[in-house]
Amino acid sequence: MDQSNSFRNGPDEDGHFGTYGGRFVAETLMPLILDLEEHFAAASRDEAFWSEFNELLKHYVGRPSPLTFAPRITERFGGAKIYFKRDELNHTGAHKINNCIGQILLARRMGKTRIIAETGAGQHGVATATVCARFGMPCTVYMGETDIERQQPNVFRMRLLGAEVRPVSSGTRTLKDAMNEALRDWVANVEDTFYIIGTVAGPHPYPAMVRDFQAVIGNEVRAQIVEAEGRLPDTLVACIGGGSNAMGLFHPFLDDAGVRLIGVEAGGEGVETGRHAASLTAGRPGVLHGNRTYLLQNDDGQINDAHSISAGLDYPGIGPEHAWLHDVGRVEYVSVTDAEALEAFQLCAELEGILPALEPSHALAHVAKLAPDLGADHLLVMNLCGRGDKDVFSVAEALDVEL
Amino acid sequence: MSDRIDARFRQLADERRAGLVTFVTAGDPNPSESQRLLAALPRAGADVIELGMPFSDPMADGPAIQKSSLRALEAGQTLANTLAMVGEFRTSDDATPIVLMGYYNPIFSYGVDRFLEDATRAGVDGLIIVDLPPEADSELCLPARACGIDFIRLATPTTDDRRLPSVLRNSSGFLYYVSIAGITGTRVGETDVVAGALARIRAHTELPIAVGFGIRTPEQASRIAETADAVVVGSALVDAVEHTPGNAAVAVSELVEQLKAGVLSARKA
Ligand SMILES: Cc1ncc(COP(=O)(O)O)c(C=O)c1O
Repeated sequence: MDQSNSFRNGPDEDGHFGTYGGRFVAETLMPLILDLEEHFAAASRDEAFWSEFNELLKHYVGRPSPLTFAPRITERFGGAKIYFKRDELNHTGAHKINNCIGQILLARRMGKTRIIAETGAGQHGVATATVCARFGMPCTVYMGETDIERQQPNVFRMRLLGAEVRPVSSGTRTLKDAMNEALRDWVANVEDTFYIIGTVAGPHPYPAMVRDFQAVIGNEVRAQIVEAEGRLPDTLVACIGGGSNAMGLFHPFLDDAGVRLIGVEAGGEGVETGRHAASLTAGRPGVLHGNRTYLLQNDDGQINDAHSISAGLDYPGIGPEHAWLHDVGRVEYVSVTDAEALEAFQLCAELEGILPALEPSHALAHVAKLAPDLGADHLLVMNLCGRGDKDVFSVAEALDVEL
Repeated sequence: MSDRIDARFRQLADERRAGLVTFVTAGDPNPSESQRLLAALPRAGADVIELGMPFSDPMADGPAIQKSSLRALEAGQTLANTLAMVGEFRTSDDATPIVLMGYYNPIFSYGVDRFLEDATRAGVDGLIIVDLPPEADSELCLPARACGIDFIRLATPTTDDRRLPSVLRNSSGFLYYVSIAGITGTRVGETDVVAGALARIRAHTELPIAVGFGIRTPEQASRIAETADAVVVGSALVDAVEHTPGNAAVAVSELVEQLKAGVLSARKA
């Protein structure tokens, strides 16, 4: 195929996807980021690296995750044929661990001896703590105090796994502040510390690196849907926090013009209320956490608080590759509200016997709007990227149920 | 190149002493107190002023400057106000260099061209933008230099000889050496280690070198002034702002006077 027309060539050597991405970090971190880039490039070319990665995904994470037809949801929506990519069945219950396996292998190659991470929902923190336990490395996870409150089970899980969870009380005490604090730790501990970022954001090479580790999702779907249906899907839907599960699903399909791609942002209490996390729908380009991308910000360029019932989507930015795919029109980005996601959460439990995380419940809520207007031969794959056990307390509270 | 920065460092060299660079955040604790504080700094002994442009997510700053940024933002500070503050300061002081320090997003949001136009008109002499490394020089560094505004770069213990040339390439005014790998306000490097680092850097550049990120006391200022061309104090000053609401200008001035005495007491190497 003609490479110049491909959507899969990014980023350029300075980490740009169009005008997005880049490396906007303090000088202290620059040598480290350049070093990481070199090591990642070398690992990418090394078959031994990928075979170790794939071995761990198979025997430790439990991949490939199934592609499951969802018969009763399909029937209820009365349109497209709906499949779930079951990344909630991974070890630790979400897609996050795919990336953590890749990054900890890289950390070991680089001779780093200490791991730090940020977490919102706690899924990335749990996945990071897990791989640190598996490889015997000390682990510090930064988590906003607000998130610690609403994701108690995951906090305890991380501690059981031997990680130190450091509460972050600065700013809005959510994911963006946890990321600020992790960056501050990294600047002070550059010699021995590897920062495992949990999504396709941050300075180059993180967005490309996390994408490449998560692309296993889309690559599996490609093979699985062809096996099940004999052809590629018509539509792919995924939720977007920073955008890693969506990028992992979409990237292998970017050059398949016939495949419609839809990313679902968190609309919180409604985009019109200002209390949401829909950076592409309602933000504008800016620079934060090492990259240029769409951000929720005020007129003075100060970052606004994000709001979502889902801690994993509660972030005022989005990965730079999504910003670019949005501008060039290859991927559509929509949003659904807290209330719509809650309804989808319950529907999935009742009709399919699967408790989805609140994050993919957003994707399902959009599928509910989309599917009825599509024909029965329309193949739709939704990334069910996390399980809902961690969310039962938040859901109970939202539904006014006392546990 | 900024005439005021150039003139000030030539003066310091003539007087065979190190300079005192003071950092405060624009709009902290509120706009009027902050304006008074700014005017008081040169009288108390500041040779160069670094004025922080507050940002909601100051990734490279420790708790003191984080809190100071939040106080300023909560009191309504904007980038436009910060530029206006500099303009107001210039009506009574045309000699003390002012370097704006902060993060890129508020400037990007304001618009780089409009920002440089307004900053030039207000009398800004230099910029320190923490999250714009040399790899991003086309964003703001080169346009700023074209307007005669200095782009002052940080060098750190991780800036090795291989990297130093790219850090220095488009730097002007002075170089800011961060004596530890870490965030603002934490600690200052050992004197002999700092001296060694400065000797290494001076082999690559003629630019004056300021040292900072953790200097709090007159004694520390004196020690660093033995080898550096200027000593930067920030977190200690914004701590003083926090602890003396309503009287920040006086409290900070006292501290600046003591720090200046420390700097002047240094035996120049
Ligand atoms: C289950 C789940 N899905 C989605 C996300 C959002 O992240 P991303 O957009 O990077 O997939 C999270 C983040 O914590 C998560 O736990």
